[in-house]
Amino acid sequence: MALVLNEEQQLLKDSAAGFLAEKATVEHLRALRDSRSETGYDADVWAETAEMGFTAMVVDEAYGGVGFGMVGAGVVAEEMGKNLSASPWFASSVVAADLINSMASDTQKEALLGPIVEGSNIVTLAVDEGGHHDPEGISARAEKTDGGYKLYGLKSFVPDAHVATQYLVVARTSGSAGDKSGLTVFLLDRGTQGLIVDQSIMADSRNWGRLTMEGVAVTSDAIIGSVDDAFTPLDKTLDKARVVIAAELLGISRACFADTMEYLKDRKQFGVAIGTFQALQHRAAHLFSDIELAHSSIIKALQAADADSPALATLASVAKAKACQVAELATNEAVQMFGGIGMTDECNVGFYMKRARIAQALYGDYNFHAGRYADLRGF
Amino acid sequence: MSDHETFRQETRAWLEGNCPQSMRSPILGEDDACWGGRGFVFKSDDQKLWLERMASRGWTTPTWPTAYGGGGLNKTEAKILKEEMRKIKARNPLNSFGISMLGPMLLKYASEEMKQQYLPDIVQGKIRWCQGYSEPGAGSDLASLQTKAEDKGDHYLVNGQKVWTSYADKADWIFCLVRTDFDAAKHLGISFLLFDMASEGVSTKPIKLISGNSPFCETFMDDVKVPKGQLVGEAGQGWTYAKYLLTHEREMISEMGSGAAKSVGEIAMELSPTSEGRLRDPILRGQIAAHEIDYASFVATVERVRDEAKAGGGVGAASSTLKYYGTELNKDRSELMLKVGGSDALEWEGQYSGEGKVARTWLRTKANSIEGGTSEVQLNIISKRILGLPSS
Repeated sequence: MALVLNEEQQLLKDSAAGFLAEKATVEHLRALRDSRSETGYDADVWAETAEMGFTAMVVDEAYGGVGFGMVGAGVVAEEMGKNLSASPWFASSVVAADLINSMASDTQKEALLGPIVEGSNIVTLAVDEGGHHDPEGISARAEKTDGGYKLYGLKSFVPDAHVATQYLVVARTSGSAGDKSGLTVFLLDRGTQGLIVDQSIMADSRNWGRLTMEGVAVTSDAIIGSVDDAFTPLDKTLDKARVVIAAELLGISRACFADTMEYLKDRKQFGVAIGTFQALQHRAAHLFSDIELAHSSIIKALQAADADSPALATLASVAKAKACQVAELATNEAVQMFGGIGMTDECNVGFYMKRARIAQALYGDYNFHAGRYADLRGF
Repeated sequence: MSDHETFRQETRAWLEGNCPQSMRSPILGEDDACWGGRGFVFKSDDQKLWLERMASRGWTTPTWPTAYGGGGLNKTEAKILKEEMRKIKARNPLNSFGISMLGPMLLKYASEEMKQQYLPDIVQGKIRWCQGYSEPGAGSDLASLQTKAEDKGDHYLVNGQKVWTSYADKADWIFCLVRTDFDAAKHLGISFLLFDMASEGVSTKPIKLISGNSPFCETFMDDVKVPKGQLVGEAGQGWTYAKYLLTHEREMISEMGSGAAKSVGEIAMELSPTSEGRLRDPILRGQIAAHEIDYASFVATVERVRDEAKAGGGVGAASSTLKYYGTELNKDRSELMLKVGGSDALEWEGQYSGEGKVARTWLRTKANSIEGGTSEVQLNIISKRILGLPSS
């Protein structure tokens, strides 16, 4: 498949770019932060996001989706990254929607996907338990009871936790931390007894949270997919999520880079634009090349996800690792090239840098994916 | 069945029936490749046969027009041909600067008469070309070249010296940048000449490199008479043609490291200490993973740039990105190969190392980021032409 967008995908990109550049920009994020918004996003813009169809990318058409797939989600994510658009879109419309779309029963899909596409129900995946992404190391446990399960344990770094209405919690039904088998996904409603949700204030001014489960009782109907066997399908959804968040990192890198290039042309020192200095030109040209490489690895992985390619895991790790490396470089170079201005809250590059580090950490940072790549390639 | 699917099946069948078995393995180095030319000694009958068969279909130059002996394929068909060749590990039938550098420039800028005269011999591998660009005083600042071509009515009289002329001692003809106007601004006094290396007054001298090999030469022109008909396009426009040719050269150099049969990781598992199915040296493991992540992203970029060029527009300034990144990665790969092989990789002579293949390849790669415009020149091009950063 050609590594370029087709006409429909290009139209989607233009439409997302236009919508987000007007309604959900870094200035809007700044205002949400400064007003200490309870939800961290604008409910009206979120409703419009759904009306525009952006929440329907990865859902099958039979359940109200639009069939754009992961390439579509990646295209929207890149634009979200450029604008630092704050909303539960990634957590609910991409990650949770894909997990349900690929793992749930027909009855569950019928019940759950419509409201996700409409944006009326916000669902989020709770997988991590500490400061490091480690799906095999999950130790939260679900104990069998008469007619159901009781869940115990902690979940951290849960996106949009305090605005979500439902949680997809991965817990251990057998085995112990480190085993790939024995994991099961449970759907928990907000407000269920024993489920405590705490907001985490993170560097990027977006919504994150911790879940504490103190014997949360659920029936067997709450299970998504099959008992003990969640790891393989979960990792596939995570791979798709990794590439989509890589696309957001690409958008962040591109926007931050564009701001930096403007500054190099405008800012004068020693009587000339600082962009005339070769010391800066070469670093900018290297960074540009790196951004192009990240772009290519991402579109390749997005297409592999839609083609259900067996190479997805490897390509996803390549794309996420490369995007992490490039976003780190792009944001660091931005601050250095802006100089003192780059250190001020008034300048947008700080927002890009803070969001980038969060997106880098989500579902595996550079080191996680470089190690995983070596595992997958057998060295 | 779509036309492309039909083409794929026909191509597959033809390759299966016509590519000799011994031509279905990776080329082991520049000495193992088929270069063609008047004096070329084929390594085997199969090598000669493979060239003749591919050339008879114009598939040594798949996308060139059939009018000049090319394959006349569109870009999609050419991609299919490449994929099908890769599937059976078919060798490139002809390595040629005529194909990778001169030909595309002639197709764009030369007169019809000149195309008819020179292109078919390139397709058939009958004439081996070399590139007369760099001079002792004109490296990165190529446009400051001083080789003089005086207008003598029916011919130019050429005097001067070129350097780093790849395989000048083996080439039949040279495409050569000369200064025809010493009064014009430096970029405007340059012209583009073609002439026979057997012409009176041309001599070459190989340069011994750090690898112990001598792929490059000094080339001397002493009162060489070049007929006027061998001037490409217009006098004084040579720099425009030279730059266009360079975009093709960069693309070629950027791919020098690709097509290796095995990844660094695979080779490391054979040559470096392992335990429990992974490399025992965690630092090396991390370095190889980092290299391969970059390399996979680079290969995807080569593919994307081609697809974008196919969808509209040329490769253009993107060739600088590919040249810069591809050559830096190729050097990185060679440094890793030394780490992977340890002291074995440093053997210089002897059967064990195939006469120092790893070590000599490592040293050869150091030229990748110098030839065809240094990495620093590529970064200058990117910052000016793509990023629009101001000149001082």
